[in-house]
Amino acid sequence: MSVEPILKGRNLVKRYGKVTALDHCDFDLLPGEILAVIGDNGAGKSSLIKAVSGAVIPDEGEVFLEGRKVNFRSPIEARAAGIETVYQTLAMSPALSITDNMFMGREIRKPGFRGKYLRQLDKPAMEKFARDKLSELGLMTIQNINQAVETLSGGQRQGVAVARAAAFGSKVIILDEPTAALGVKESRRVLELILDVKSRGIPIILISHNMPHVFEVADRIHVHRLGRRLCVIDPKEHSMSDAVAFMTGAKEPPAEAVAA
Amino acid sequence: MSETDNYETAASRDGDFASFDDHKKGLLGHFHNALHTNPALVPLIVLVAAVIGFGILLGSRFLSPFALTLILQQVQIVGVLAAAQTLIILTAGIDLSVGAIAVLTSVIMGQFTFRYGIPAPVSVVIGLGVGTALGAVSGWLVSRVKLPPFIVTLGMWQIVLAANYLYSANQTIRSQDIEAEAPFLHFMGVKLQFAGATFTLGVIVMVLLVLILAYALKSTAWGRHVYAVGDDPEAAQLAGVNVHGTLMSVYMLAGFICALAGWVMIGRFGSVSPSATTGVIGNIQAITAVVIGGISLFGGRGSILGAFFGALIVGVFELGLRMAGADPQWTFLLIGVLIIAAVAVDQWIREVSS
Ligand SMILES: Nc1ncnc2c1ncn2[C@@H]1O[C@H](COP(=O)(O)OP(=O)(O)OP(=O)(O)O)[C@@H](O)[C@H]1O
Ligand SMILES: [Mg+2]
Repeated sequence: MSVEPILKGRNLVKRYGKVTALDHCDFDLLPGEILAVIGDNGAGKSSLIKAVSGAVIPDEGEVFLEGRKVNFRSPIEARAAGIETVYQTLAMSPALSITDNMFMGREIRKPGFRGKYLRQLDKPAMEKFARDKLSELGLMTIQNINQAVETLSGGQRQGVAVARAAAFGSKVIILDEPTAALGVKESRRVLELILDVKSRGIPIILISHNMPHVFEVADRIHVHRLGRRLCVIDPKEHSMSDAVAFMTGAKEPPAEAVAA
Repeated sequence: MSETDNYETAASRDGDFASFDDHKKGLLGHFHNALHTNPALVPLIVLVAAVIGFGILLGSRFLSPFALTLILQQVQIVGVLAAAQTLIILTAGIDLSVGAIAVLTSVIMGQFTFRYGIPAPVSVVIGLGVGTALGAVSGWLVSRVKLPPFIVTLGMWQIVLAANYLYSANQTIRSQDIEAEAPFLHFMGVKLQFAGATFTLGVIVMVLLVLILAYALKSTAWGRHVYAVGDDPEAAQLAGVNVHGTLMSVYMLAGFICALAGWVMIGRFGSVSPSATTGVIGNIQAITAVVIGGISLFGGRGSILGAFFGALIVGVFELGLRMAGADPQWTFLLIGVLIIAAVAVDQWIREVSS
């Protein structure tokens, strides 16, 4: 591999009791690319991205960000390093507002005395920012940016989570099934957003079960099987049925793809 | 790959995919919404109704500045304990040790002054420190060892109460002695009077404490994190909240507030007694105020103002029924009804999430 990956995992192992979710798994994300990760349910895709984003600490193996070894002990540390993740579970606090959720853990304080000593939050600034980001995503919410997240539909929640990651990710954005609950139109918006983020030069990891989406936006496809990377394929050289066949084990992956 | 199907492009780019309409219609819907955004509204309505009700029943005897401020004095200890309880319950915990910590710290403040001759202000600071430390122990057991808060504080309650009896050797420090030798211990009992109304410093501290906490919970990042941790700790962790730090801060602050209640107790009772009933029933009284105040025992929902109103509601019923000459059992009966009604209302408010 000629280019140094921006995010790299080597020999990652994660066990949950008797279940081995990650089995000596390697992983590479190249600068500026959209890398899709596909695999059966339970193949270990979410475990993989959790291991590189600090949500779980791998039992073995190493993670490198821009060539430097990192040991994230929490998502906060990964986030501080510029890795933003939309987890499959969305990680939202249902009773709190859209704004509260978007700024969770990175709240903006008022300037001057009130912010510094009274630690008062700058709610108008946060609301404006949240509203702008949601509008960019087509989630227009002019009057009710302060409604509780639990009053949103599943798709709307997903939209807010994606907007949050896209707004704050500076080095890597990870999306674990961001369109799973979305309708046709909404999925399209998210795909556009993904391409938009890419055009800003930020690489993306996209986990998805939706093959047309994957083949539409991905530069490379990481096929995950039984807790490890089976192969990496180029969507321009393989068909969707090939990808599904590798994923399910119906077909042997091409030798050169395995080496990648 | 030209798999991009036409049906997707058919979806127009312009339409908003999420119009955040209020689907609830009618008066009840608006009320439901108001409650959802302002959970302290129900207890406030109940409080005002109770005051008006007893006012009609008892006339100016009840509606006098004297009687109304007497209620504040009678609820000051429970009110402060309820503030501590609120913080813990917002994180989806429960604290059975609040009253015991208050009694132990009041004993420490008294005994350190009288047994060791430490200046009273220093003893008070030590008492506040011990309360904070006890909170830290509970917080650590809940957050790091992952024990259920109910179990941790059930144990803590017994330990603290027993330590209180052992350390004090069951000795009461008399009010006259405190007045003569360490009046600073009575500081919270200092009375400010005007036009028949009597406010003690303890009452003022209670009100200030509630207002400060209401501000901190609503308008600071820390407050948002307390709610997020109570709502769903895993989600909060993934979203970038320091869950352990937040829990520790909440338990330590609650311990500190309980010690503050200990100091308020000395002002209210005059003496320092290890067998004050607060040690045994303070926890239930505080939980009652919190629940009547509309704070969800499942965490993450409710406002501390509600808990304050809850404490006042109990105080209004106690004094009102006593003035009306009713059997005190009526108070307990009505409080019981209020508790169940409050939780039913809480369920109804939460319906929106399903
Ligand atoms: N917190 C956990 N505790 C126990 N086992 C877990 C946990 N998380 C994941 N696993 C197990 O690890 C394996 C991989 O799970 P993972 O969630 O990574 O799969 P996935 O590829 O993301 O699947 P899906 O497509 O359904 O999201 C599964 O067998 C799962 O049961
Ligand atoms: Mg998954």
